[in-house]
Amino acid sequence: MLGNVFGLIYTGEENMQLRDLTNSRSVAAVPIGGRYRCIDFILSNLVNTGISNVGLIAQKNYHSLMDHLGSGKEWDLHRKRDGLFILPPFLSKENTGLYRGTVDAYRSVMGYVRRSPQRYVILTGSHTVFNTTFDDMLRQHINTGADITIMYNRVKNFNPDDQYDDMRLTLDDEGRVTDIEYNPYRPTSDCQACDVFVMEKELLEYLIEEAAARDSMDFIRDIVMKKFNTLKVYGWGYDGFVARINSLDCYYKHNMEMLKKNIREDLFCAEHPIYTKVKDEVPAVYGKNSKVKNSLIADGCSIEGEVEDSIIFRGVKIGEGTKIKGCIIMQACSIESGTELDHVILDKGVTVRQGRRLAGYDGFPVIIRKNSTI
Amino acid sequence: MRKKKIVAMLLAGGQGSRLGVLTNHMAKPAVPFGGKYRIIDFPLSNCVNSDIDTVGVLTQYEPLQLNSYLGSGQAWDLDRNSGGVYVLPPYVKGSQGQWYSGTANAIYQNLAFIEQYNPDHVLILSGDHIYKMNYASMLKYHIEKNADATIAVLRVPMEEASRFGIMNADEDGKIYEFEEKPKEPKSDRASMGIYIFSYPALKEYLEKDAKNENSENDFGKNIIPSMLNDGKRMYAYDFEGYWKDVGTIQSLWEANMDLISSPPVLDLYEKEWRIYCKSPIMPPHYIGETAQVISSSITEGCEIEGSVIHSVVFAGATIEEGACVKDSIILPNAFVKKGARVQKAIIGEGAIVGENAIIGAERTEADGDYDTKLTGDITLIANNEKVPENKRIPVGMIVKTEGGDN
Repeated sequence: MLGNVFGLIYTGEENMQLRDLTNSRSVAAVPIGGRYRCIDFILSNLVNTGISNVGLIAQKNYHSLMDHLGSGKEWDLHRKRDGLFILPPFLSKENTGLYRGTVDAYRSVMGYVRRSPQRYVILTGSHTVFNTTFDDMLRQHINTGADITIMYNRVKNFNPDDQYDDMRLTLDDEGRVTDIEYNPYRPTSDCQACDVFVMEKELLEYLIEEAAARDSMDFIRDIVMKKFNTLKVYGWGYDGFVARINSLDCYYKHNMEMLKKNIREDLFCAEHPIYTKVKDEVPAVYGKNSKVKNSLIADGCSIEGEVEDSIIFRGVKIGEGTKIKGCIIMQACSIESGTELDHVILDKGVTVRQGRRLAGYDGFPVIIRKNSTI
Repeated sequence: MRKKKIVAMLLAGGQGSRLGVLTNHMAKPAVPFGGKYRIIDFPLSNCVNSDIDTVGVLTQYEPLQLNSYLGSGQAWDLDRNSGGVYVLPPYVKGSQGQWYSGTANAIYQNLAFIEQYNPDHVLILSGDHIYKMNYASMLKYHIEKNADATIAVLRVPMEEASRFGIMNADEDGKIYEFEEKPKEPKSDRASMGIYIFSYPALKEYLEKDAKNENSENDFGKNIIPSMLNDGKRMYAYDFEGYWKDVGTIQSLWEANMDLISSPPVLDLYEKEWRIYCKSPIMPPHYIGETAQVISSSITEGCEIEGSVIHSVVFAGATIEEGACVKDSIILPNAFVKKGARVQKAIIGEGAIVGENAIIGAERTEADGDYDTKLTGDITLIANNEKVPENKRIPVGMIVKTEGGDN
């Protein structure tokens, strides 16, 4: 199995309710968990599975994504044999540069897919955050003789507002998919797909060409949902922590979940580390009046004030007498003294001047756009 | 191979015996420092930030940790096509080989390495100091003075000058005399062990030195004095700023504390002069509900539920609820369990301090006689050591059992 699989990540997901977070970046590049970007998780999962050939389909606003990934060396994907291939859209006779759907996107990278020598492919999106390896999934895929295996987890709470590409699987006793619902208003199954599909490369080539020939555009709706009767489609259940970054509300909630020890142990499990771009920041320094509780703090921070229930990214300065509660403060923000922030998300590089006050509510955090000054 | 203006040679073979059990299984330059660094990160980062891209690291004592730490040099941007970082252990030449018998001999044995780059100048560094320095400015000075050798010097308090190698120089900076640890120093310019030589002069004197059977093959004792004797152009380059030899347990502790003094005596925040290191690849650290963190430095992968006061906590360390760490250094992946008290101590990598144990407890008669020559009032727990619960370790003791370290 090892060496016989490659990964193909689609980062063109859009129309999520992420407001200002995705103003100038794709969801893959959204900062999360104090020092990561969403893409780090799926990319690390692939690498920790032993995969060394990863294609990444970029669509819009991929500037900050390219900047983050560089040559892929932080993920050990800076290779002579294989490595990380960033596949930006290009204009051609049959392609406008803007993909009309996932089928269109996959079709435009068929050159890369054909050149990849591996037999199996793992197709993923970029907005689902979890930490596992795909070894078990691949083993199951081969043992069951499935054509397509879909990763899923069981979800308890359901909020139609957070729905994005919500694919529900109904499975028989053997794990074979017997029914699929897409964005159902009242889901009949709690098995939600995690945006990870395993199949043979040849099957992918065939399915994409066939769908494109009929001008079908969406991989899930036009291929998976139409084929699950004729192909052997199986589900592979994952019972660890899965975060789908579909809306600002989800984004906030999932970041806060990382303050729970069991979630942290699951998501940052030492056996398969999550790699990210290294910034060579100094360790965080705490002042003599600092008061920090229940928070994740990254390197390069300097903390003089009070911080509670918050996620603080790299290189943030927090002045004396400042009170921060339930906030997500992204990289290189500067919060001057005497400030109060409650349920606020500060995007990168925001400056909050002395004595300012901002408050949002649970379920409706305030978000401040990148590089603003308050 | 492309010609280089300057090549750096970093002497990293020292055992660092005064660091006690900390260097039992690693060379001194590999000793952890400042939360996420190792001592060698400082000279290496200085090289890179000074645009010196070719560095030979001379190793001989316990090189395993250092070798694996340096890897391809990627962390310091030293994975280059032309140049980069090279580990240079002693090797067999023809039918014989020898260990490095001194600092000069180590360079002498690697002249072939330097020769490949045909450099104009060679920078000699040691791997046991913490400082930020622009070697490019020193090189500029060296070239301006048309010197054969330039020695970086630091002004030290006169009363301490007798502990150092002292350079006596005229107003222009030209050295006319060198005294190793003089009883009555004439100047306060102490050698920092950082030299730039013009390559032809260095080569000449190293070859001459190698033929001299009475020589100790040491830069300070042999090369510098004999160059001075011959009237070579030797200049002192004044360095201002933080510089600390971390060769002893006391000074290692002090240098770590200098990072968290307010304002910091040693400032690592300068964006233009970053200190690079190999990332431990861990998540941000977590400060829990019951934690109290004051005047401290904490880095990736730590889980803090107890009190941390005026301490430096390294990557992946855990401080449990009710534990109290004060004035201490907690090395990577160490574990301080519930209710334990750690006072002015260094807890080794991966060491475990059991529940309610007391490290650095006041010394009583019952503790008997033990040697604190190396530690002074700092208590030291060796790497991977397990301190049992409720155990009391008195001030200045070194805890090291047979099975502990590996």
